[in-house]
Amino acid sequence: MTPYVVLSAILFTIGSVGVLTRRNAIVVFMCVELMLNASNLALVAFSKQNGNLDGQIAAFFVMVVAAAEVVVGLAIIMTIFRTRRSASVDDASLLKY
Amino acid sequence: MTTFWILAPIMVLAALGILFVRKAVHAALLLAVVMISLAVLYLTLQAPFLFAVQIIVYTGAILMLFLFVLMLVGVDASDSVVETIKGQRAMAIVGGLLLGSVLVIGLTQMSLGPVVGLDKANANGNIPALADIMFSQYVFAFEVTSALLITAAVGAMVLAHRERLDPKPTQADLAAQRMQDYAASGKHPGNLPTPGVFARHNAVDTPALLPDGTASESSVSRVLAARGTVRSAPAMADDIAGIERQLGQAPHAGRDASAPATTEEEAPAT
Repeated sequence: MTPYVVLSAILFTIGSVGVLTRRNAIVVFMCVELMLNASNLALVAFSKQNGNLDGQIAAFFVMVVAAAEVVVGLAIIMTIFRTRRSASVDDASLLKY
Repeated sequence: MTTFWILAPIMVLAALGILFVRKAVHAALLLAVVMISLAVLYLTLQAPFLFAVQIIVYTGAILMLFLFVLMLVGVDASDSVVETIKGQRAMAIVGGLLLGSVLVIGLTQMSLGPVVGLDKANANGNIPALADIMFSQYVFAFEVTSALLITAAVGAMVLAHRERLDPKPTQADLAAQRMQDYAASGKHPGNLPTPGVFARHNAVDTPALLPDGTASESSVSRVLAARGTVRSAPAMADDIAGIERQLGQAPHAGRDASAPATTEEEAPAT
């Protein structure tokens, strides 16, 4: 099972670097989804490793939370875009000053 | 393991692609590659229910939602390369490499022991076994999940809803506004010119030509101009001479030999 877990760690790292470097809010969101997916892969791999289904249940709940998060997050991006005509995370910096 | 070794490089390459592609739509497609490969990996990990859910929920619903919002927000909303915090990109890459190497080295050093496998747990089928656990041990979490989903749905509706503050303009108001614009700035009150008046190209991405031969900007959709996919109208007219030669006719006498000979598409307007 080690290769699966290593792959999940690599995907998680790529997702976290994407969150830190990309500027488009939607792409940042996609990278968050990538990190969630990577953690799901680790959960399912450990489920097979240990021979019980709790890991698969946890992955299922992660998917539900991800769906809820995407719905709210994309609605927020839409609202920000409506007021600022931009989907860049750098433009929403009103609280900085 | 063959499936894994075929899919793992594809997934890593597609995930890396998300970091480097400029257009958000391409990132969404690469994410779809990662998610579908992940679904196949779930199948090899004896999780057929998660395989189906991954494809239906992630690739079907979540990614469609992403593409939907991407189209609403505008495909031209591309990434800027300007750093707001100095050195942030380099720091992020160094931090990512550190995190990745720590995780990978740590995980490869660790010994997980023999794989138990899910054959015993899945003896009556994967879905009945999952249902047994979910509706006994995890039933409270399951119920809380329903509350979370309905909160998210209501929240998205509240966020996306926009209250109309002034009455909707009627057709009479619009006509009066058009005439006022005409009086004030001389803006033509009639229809905008239609795109593509050429016999060969009446596509929406071909601008109409004004009497003096220049392309009319108002005849093409603003979105197409922002995406940079507008064709150059004079370029379409350029190969008339070639067609005439193929037909065995003499080149058109009235045609200017030094017409603008640009065959490539116009540069993005942004």
